[in-house]
Amino acid sequence: MRVTLDIGRFNPDAPNAKPYRQEFILEVEEYYTVLDSLIYVREYEDPTLAVRCSCRASICGSCAMRVNGHASLGCKTKLISVMDKDGRVRVDPVGNMPRVKDLVWDMKPFWDKIRAVDPFLQPEGPEPEEEYIASPESMLHLVGVMGCIMCGACVSDCTVLEVDENFLGPAALAKAYRFTGDPRDGKTKERLKELNEYSGIWDCTRCMECVQACPKGVAPMERIMALRDKTIAAGIRNTNGARHAEAVSDFVKKSGKLDELRLVPRTYGMFNPMSLNSLFAAIPVGLRALRRGKLPPIIPHKVEGKENLQAVRRIFDKVEGKK
Amino acid sequence: MAVYQHDVVVVGAGLAGMRATLAAIQKGADVAMITKVHPVRSHSNAAQGGINAALTSRGDDWDEHAYETVKGSDYLGDQDAIEVMCQEAGAAIIELEHMGVIFNRDEDGRLGTRRFGGQQRARTFHVADITGQAMLHVLYEQILKVRARVYEEWFVTSLVLDDNKAVRGVVAIELMTGQLHLIKAKAVILCTGGTGRVYEPSTNGLIVTADGQALAYAVGASVMDMEMVQYHPTTLMGNGVLITEAARGEGAYLVNKDGDRFMQKYAPNFMELASRDVVSRSEQTEINEGRGVDGCVLLDLRHLGRELIETKLSYINEVALDFANVNLAEQPLPIRPGNHYEMGGIKTDVNGRTPVAGLYAAGECACVSVHGGNRLGANSLLDTIIFGRRAGDAAAADAKETGEVKVSDSVISIDRDAIKNLMDRNPTSDTPAKIRLEMGKAMNEGVAVFRDEAGMQRALHTVRELRERFTGLGVHDKGQVFNTNLIFALEVGFMLETAETICIGAIARKESRGAHFRTDYPNRDDENFLKHTVVTKGPSGPVITYSPVTVTKWKPQVRSY
Ligand SMILES: Cc1cc2nc3c(=O)[nH]c(=O)nc-3n(C[C@H](O)[C@H](O)[C@H](O)COP(=O)(O)OP(=O)(O)OC[C@H]3O[C@@H](n4cnc5c(N)ncnc54)[C@H](O)[C@@H]3O)c2cc1C
Ligand code: SF4
Ligand code: SF4
Ligand code: FES
Repeated sequence: MRVTLDIGRFNPDAPNAKPYRQEFILEVEEYYTVLDSLIYVREYEDPTLAVRCSCRASICGSCAMRVNGHASLGCKTKLISVMDKDGRVRVDPVGNMPRVKDLVWDMKPFWDKIRAVDPFLQPEGPEPEEEYIASPESMLHLVGVMGCIMCGACVSDCTVLEVDENFLGPAALAKAYRFTGDPRDGKTKERLKELNEYSGIWDCTRCMECVQACPKGVAPMERIMALRDKTIAAGIRNTNGARHAEAVSDFVKKSGKLDELRLVPRTYGMFNPMSLNSLFAAIPVGLRALRRGKLPPIIPHKVEGKENLQAVRRIFDKVEGKK
Repeated sequence: MAVYQHDVVVVGAGLAGMRATLAAIQKGADVAMITKVHPVRSHSNAAQGGINAALTSRGDDWDEHAYETVKGSDYLGDQDAIEVMCQEAGAAIIELEHMGVIFNRDEDGRLGTRRFGGQQRARTFHVADITGQAMLHVLYEQILKVRARVYEEWFVTSLVLDDNKAVRGVVAIELMTGQLHLIKAKAVILCTGGTGRVYEPSTNGLIVTADGQALAYAVGASVMDMEMVQYHPTTLMGNGVLITEAARGEGAYLVNKDGDRFMQKYAPNFMELASRDVVSRSEQTEINEGRGVDGCVLLDLRHLGRELIETKLSYINEVALDFANVNLAEQPLPIRPGNHYEMGGIKTDVNGRTPVAGLYAAGECACVSVHGGNRLGANSLLDTIIFGRRAGDAAAADAKETGEVKVSDSVISIDRDAIKNLMDRNPTSDTPAKIRLEMGKAMNEGVAVFRDEAGMQRALHTVRELRERFTGLGVHDKGQVFNTNLIFALEVGFMLETAETICIGAIARKESRGAHFRTDYPNRDDENFLKHTVVTKGPSGPVITYSPVTVTKWKPQVRSY
């Protein structure tokens, strides 16, 4: 089978290093994954191509990359499932993280955020002589989050991280969930309080990108939502985050869309003396967003079409009715 | 160039490396862990099935575990070492649980087990079928917790000796910058993993390239029983990816093209759960005698039901679908024996010490020896945890007694020149990838499940020829930053060196034992070969000697399953 790989490349050693694109036309087997074809390029066409990989079996987390603009694991993506009708596939490094060379990215910001959630078990009280007793369901449930291989695909495509690099992001928050969901951990409340702060669980806009990108079914967004529920259930309330959630739901109910510009004052409280400071703190985010053409419109849009807006409201009715 | 100094340097951040690091830190040493990939990318990740331990508090008997390990090893394992491992296993599992590993539970909320090959009792603790990953990530959590010093994406190119021929540090390339560093240390622990990529195909990841074995061999340490290379019974046809033994532990059948459960013929008692060498040979016999399906036999899980497959075997369910396009609940999966594990390795005692002062080894790169001629499934994770800890303890204790490190900063120039040579040489049409592929295929033909003199000699011949070609190799990538082309060339050098020790050990062992089955010497020969093959680097090539096997209470017997 013939495939044209269109690879986003970058060689930091070159004078005036600039990203560029390079195409490779290959004859490969039908069962080849995107990673197989990149390894083929590296071994037989251009040994300077840099890409991290090891296991070839979606377990080491090395090979996250963007395929046709969406993050996934190169070794889990069959060429045949992503080629267009001319046999072309576009491959780029992950987003939201600094580039090092070709498809290799700098992992430091990723791990800094994992570190920020105290990612280790903190049991309380004396250790039992034998194992901790825990229900089989609680452990099985955690296997779903423990399945995270720290590949960074979710972080690559997170829409909030694109405009606010302070956001802890989907991988770190899923990791945090793993501990708050562990019956052996003794620091749940402290953890939730931390996560309740600025750049924590309330900054997610529920865009679903992380759920789609995750190759291991970790569904970070759902973990974030579960963390919100836990926070509220733990009585940690009246915070920016909770207010933010309220404001978001208000806006969406009214217009079917998020009015991001008005979200900040609503979140920090319109008449809160702290609000001014917070607003200033949010300015850089706004400027970055503007630069990237992501600043929300000054006059809020409504979802086009009355039907669509009604559909949004029906969702609200349904969800709220249930409660 | 920069120069660093620590008490203990651990090379490798898989399970063995991280366990050793934590132990040495706990003993108060100043420790640095060096790894060529980020710790959680280490190949320990790939372990699916589980980790063995006899929890005596639960009525299991570590003596039985030890006996089954001895029998599994075809009596080549050292029984004193096996006793240490099996006796300490229970406490190690509890310790892992306390660190945060989310082991599967039984109905009472206590640790649950599954059955694995070569053992009568279910004593394999597991996290679904991602045990290695779940353990690796939890150990890394502990590394973050104690804020251990980690030099990640640094590739160790050589060990550094002082004037008394003691190992006192390593030289490493920092991938991000291409810079070469000297890291001095009073003790160096190698935890660099297996030799998988010496073979093609292999279940092992692309980073498993026998670096540690070659590094140790180069400074005068010995490698032991390298001919004992395990072929796993269930690997995928295309890319060699593994299907865990847990599938059979949960009850899957092996059938041939006629639908017969052929293990009835070869191991009527243990059936699919006989030792790996036995199952792999049985499959290969079926395939060779024309009862296979396209060079494979079939692994049938259909009778286990969709629910069990999706909860307890979800990862292999994913792998089978992704790579073989097989839905395990509906179709049998074609599988065949494939290269998987190196029982041999750097010769150490039960505390990880090698005969070279300052040098220690643990995990798959070491040979204590607990696996002998054949490793039982789920014993290798245990090996990494137990002997990783012991090596960390011993290295930290010895470092305390060691005076100032006396090595000149200029030792780094040896590596610098060698790398410069590689970089300056104009690349020919020969590439590291081509050389590795030829080596891998030759090894997979000559030193595999069934072996004979002529085949092994052919493999050795190819390896030696490739070593000649390797000396003329140049790299294409002349850059500094993340030059994987250069790293790959260095790895191929390590693999060729190691491949030679595998071949000559295999040729010299004129008997059949464990994974080493010779059609020209089909019987075990305790009189002449109940001994370890020890290969050491001599002035004009490898030198073979032998060392005795320690037998404590289990006299060698005929092995049947
Ligand atoms: C697919 C598969 C499934 C398995 N399933 C099981 C199972 O169910 N149960 C079981 O008990 N065993 C299993 N095993 C075996 C077991 O996983 C391994 O033997 C074990 O994990 C090896 O651990 P390790 O710490 O010795 O090495 P690894 O985890 O391989 O780590 C090696 C480390 O060394 C570093 N390194 C290597 N060379 C260099 C260098 N030159 N410079 C710097 N760093 C270097 C690497 O970066 C890495 O961090 C399985 C193996 C495979 C391949
Ligand atoms: S759902 Fe939330 S965390 Fe996930 S990508 Fe969207 S904004 Fe980011
Ligand atoms: S949550 Fe999923 S996508 Fe994100 S790092 Fe973990 S495995 Fe990767
Ligand atoms: S190579 Fe390991 S996840 Fe893709």
